[in-house]
Amino acid sequence: MPETIRRLIRTPQGAIGSVIVIIVLLAAIFGPLVAPDNPETFNYGNRFEGPSAQFLFGTDQFGRDLFSRILYGAQSTVLMAIFATFIGTGIGAVIGTGSAYLGGRFDELVMRLVDAVMAIPNLLFALLIVTALGASGVNALVAIGIAFAPGMARIARSVALTVREQDYVKAAIARGESAGYIIMREMLPNVIAPIVVEMTIRVAFAIMLLATLSFLGLGAQPPSSEWGLMVSEARSYMFRNAWMMIWPGVCIALVAIGFNLLGDGLRDALNPKT
Amino acid sequence: MSLSYLVKRVGFILFTLLAVSVIVFGITQVLPGDAAQMMLGENATDDALAAVRDRLGLDRSIFTQYWDWLTGTLGGDFGISLRTGLPVSEMMLPALQRSLLLALLAIVLMLVLAIPMGIIAAMQRGKPTDVVIGLGSYIGVSLPEFVTATLVLLILANPTLGLFPATGYVPLTEDFWEGLHHLALPVLTVSVILIAHVSRMVRSEMIDVLHTDYVRAARMKGLTRRRVIFRHALPNALLPTITIVALDVGYLLGGIIVVEEIFAFPGIGRQLIVAIQSRDLPSIQAGALIMAATYATVNFLADLAYAALDRRIQYA
Repeated sequence: MPETIRRLIRTPQGAIGSVIVIIVLLAAIFGPLVAPDNPETFNYGNRFEGPSAQFLFGTDQFGRDLFSRILYGAQSTVLMAIFATFIGTGIGAVIGTGSAYLGGRFDELVMRLVDAVMAIPNLLFALLIVTALGASGVNALVAIGIAFAPGMARIARSVALTVREQDYVKAAIARGESAGYIIMREMLPNVIAPIVVEMTIRVAFAIMLLATLSFLGLGAQPPSSEWGLMVSEARSYMFRNAWMMIWPGVCIALVAIGFNLLGDGLRDALNPKT
Repeated sequence: MSLSYLVKRVGFILFTLLAVSVIVFGITQVLPGDAAQMMLGENATDDALAAVRDRLGLDRSIFTQYWDWLTGTLGGDFGISLRTGLPVSEMMLPALQRSLLLALLAIVLMLVLAIPMGIIAAMQRGKPTDVVIGLGSYIGVSLPEFVTATLVLLILANPTLGLFPATGYVPLTEDFWEGLHHLALPVLTVSVILIAHVSRMVRSEMIDVLHTDYVRAARMKGLTRRRVIFRHALPNALLPTITIVALDVGYLLGGIIVVEEIFAFPGIGRQLIVAIQSRDLPSIQAGALIMAATYATVNFLADLAYAALDRRIQYA
């Protein structure tokens, strides 16, 4: 593992991506502790202000401190997106690995169903699920997790198919181990590396999707400072204080860039051939 | 391409569409409250509710309802909108046409920009031009449509400059230039991610192709650089791009939903959002089904095109 990390930070993508992701994760975890102000405190004397010493990023229509709101919002944006990706990956990895292990008719059926579900664009699928579950941040998270599962299942399956032919899996089959044991203990651990790469890139996508759902009013609800919601609210005041829109917009893009770079860096680090 | 392959593919796309229809129908059945309640409001009498349920056939079994919906859909009848009382097809089909125009323009813009960008980046590999294009594409794929849209609005639709209209739609048949003027910002916004993604794909395909033996052979034959690139390398590098563009239509459809909502463009994405907000079941079903069917069909056609263009692929 240390070797992988060394290779990772030697590529420019990996190095920049790691730095961005680490900063973002620190902000998401410790943001509320270092935020200078309460994100929901109204300062009516200071509405629509630009960046200043008192309000680092400026203030919104209620005079709330944008810097503090961004820091608090990092949790409901970034951590939620990571969690959604974990859900999708977990479900997908189990389906994909299981399908590859069992093979035959079952595999065929599962993969045809996965293909069919993937014919629904991700955002549309997530929209439908949120519509059925009701608009909230948690439901948006679940929807993205479910929407991601088929894609992850397909990737996990193709990796698992190669792993299945390995001798240690054949040995486990010969020993008479149960299907569950072989999938969970022998195959899954070896399917992890390519899945981690895919997952990292998916986090970027999850952040964008989650923010989009909130922007459309189907994710986090006010007074949350989820970044997509912040952009949505800022639209009405765009020409009075552009900072309200620029900060959350830039943060979403920056985090997505960070995870995209890290994912590409990881792929290179884990595949020394290319 | 053999006949049996074609039959198999057509069979598969029919299965896909059927599965999609079950998923869409299933999800909309989970929605709390029933259609009759939504139409009549909370103060409706039980008799009135029963009458509407009877008229809409809501008291039949879910399988009968699905079957009737499916057979109606196949005949182009998507039911009656709960919101407007008009046939859903009358609302959705003109909206679909407008969205297709938007999508088509976005794809054209993407091809015109992304392919040259990818080729230039591949040929200048490692040089500043490549780095700039690469950086641009990282930023491009990391900007969700709603962020791009709001930035575009902030800069290009700023009322003090008045360069572009912020919202609305004018049919091209009515006033061609005014129509294009209204389409410009939505098209630009929705194509940013596509340009970024496809240019990166073209670059990496091109780099791979430039390292193949036949390109080396062409070079050693003494052909000009231009001829090697345009006649030998490019056609082979662009082939996989067909599949990538087809897959990106999925992003494009998602992007269209967001962009139509922001620019108040009367397409199918906006219809869908309005339908979701007002819980207009028949419209949600129709909108979702049309979008998913479009995506599935595009990928099907891309597969056929790929197989037809690449003689090496022999589908059994």
